Amino acid sequence: MKTPVIGVLALQGDVEEHIAMTKLAFKEMGVDGHVRQVKSAEEVNAIHGLIITGGESTVIGRLSSVNQTLQAIKQRIQDGMPVLGTCAGLIMLAKKVYDRVLGETKQSTLGVMDIVVERNAFGRQRESFETELEIPKIGEKKFKAVFIRAPVIREIGPEVEVMAKLGNKIVAVQQHNMIGTAFHPELTEDTRIHQLLINKVMNVYKL
Amino acid sequence: MVKKMISVVTPFKYSMGLQTGEVEGLEVRRGTVLVKRGFAHMLKHGVVMDVTNVEQAQIAEEAGAVAIMVLDKLPYDVRQAGGVARTASLKTIEEIMDHVTIPVMAKCRIGHTYEARVLEAIGVDMIDESEVLTPTDEERHIWKWDFTTPFVAGARDLGEALRRIEEGASMIRTKGEPGTGNVAEAVRHLRIVNNEIRRIKAIYESGDQQELIKAARELKVSYELVVETARLGRLPVVNFAAGGIATPADAALMMTLGADGVFVGSGIFKSEDPLERARAIVLATAFYDNPTKVAEAQEMVNEKKSMMGFDLKTLELKMQERGTA
Repeated sequence: MKTPVIGVLALQGDVEEHIAMTKLAFKEMGVDGHVRQVKSAEEVNAIHGLIITGGESTVIGRLSSVNQTLQAIKQRIQDGMPVLGTCAGLIMLAKKVYDRVLGETKQSTLGVMDIVVERNAFGRQRESFETELEIPKIGEKKFKAVFIRAPVIREIGPEVEVMAKLGNKIVAVQQHNMIGTAFHPELTEDTRIHQLLINKVMNVYKL
Repeated sequence: MVKKMISVVTPFKYSMGLQTGEVEGLEVRRGTVLVKRGFAHMLKHGVVMDVTNVEQAQIAEEAGAVAIMVLDKLPYDVRQAGGVARTASLKTIEEIMDHVTIPVMAKCRIGHTYEARVLEAIGVDMIDESEVLTPTDEERHIWKWDFTTPFVAGARDLGEALRRIEEGASMIRTKGEPGTGNVAEAVRHLRIVNNEIRRIKAIYESGDQQELIKAARELKVSYELVVETARLGRLPVVNFAAGGIATPADAALMMTLGADGVFVGSGIFKSEDPLERARAIVLATAFYDNPTKVAEAQEMVNEKKSMMGFDLKTLELKMQERGTA
């Protein structure tokens, strides 16, 4: 039996936090899995699942355009590799992105998920917040969700499933092998979102 | 045990900076330790660039800055100009906030609570209580727990770093020697912090509580914070390198020494090749563990265009000696 390997895109953002959470998720699931940093196309091609970190999407987009990493990630996702994007990672997955104040931005994204994302949708850092969120798909217990200069999902395509809403605002979605959250599960001790990714990986690659 | 990567241990959980509110009918909490320190965690592996106007801010964003820091004058020019250095014009900061999507930080004077209040009021994303500006209080820093906006502050050693954290700083940076183009002091400060953490970690692991209390007294901070730092084996908040970084190799060096990211002050806009240099420093910071990539980055800049810089021995004003209490 093969061991699942999760890669964390390590160009910018809270890489170590995602690595620690994935390790914790493996441990809680009793799965013998590996997690490693990935930066290059080669490394992206040697994993079963990918996490795109929180951080600045403009920076992650710019750095992943160097040496074909962005194209490699896009190809892998289109071939079915499971991926989790949190905050900036969600923006990276989106088909279309605009900023609440500045409007359309010319940043590079993967454009693989059929969603339109508004950046900085709640305002600046002083408006950032934490709250208890209902995410029925992962269980009854509410999820401590940390929103930091967070985006929201404004429009979704027919293939997209809404996982969580904050009032009328969509803040977590999935589309087949892709999961995206506007908040940061990696800043909490709750591994359920990471477990969801690992489960997808085990299913897709029959591990 | 798997170590949690974000620490929220603090004796001051119920401060003025903490606010409850409502978003879409749901109760939310703002200005919590998690929300403030979490913001700093999102900057990791990135480069924060000093700017003085919209044009520079846009160049920085275009080059891949993770955030920008607005000043009235770059540290190099503060040295040249002399006089009192204060926070930047609010109009300039607001104009910059309207033109970039990345976080905008601004500096206030050490101990100047009201400069910080106005920066919070206009909505800057993080406030730097900075030794680059002229200090207003030699005895006390700002009580940063009273703010919903997170703070970053400079430190030369573990005692300074932990005292700033105890006052509510959500992020630490080395002081280095700002505006000099000389990275030597930043190296020294980062090494001192790391060595001191290693020392208290060893005491913690030996189980000698009396020695740990003694260390807390020497560092002039609470025992609780010393224990948390020793347990983590690192500062409980994100720690960036700052002060004198001028080239891609400088940035990569600081990352190798364990910095979570870098601030570049005068190094970019006091050079003659700001856009290329900014891009190159971003690249070197992200790929610091890959010498070939750092070499590519270093090739993007021309040493003849680097800022002139100062020799530390002939320096009259040592900014790092400000605000050490």
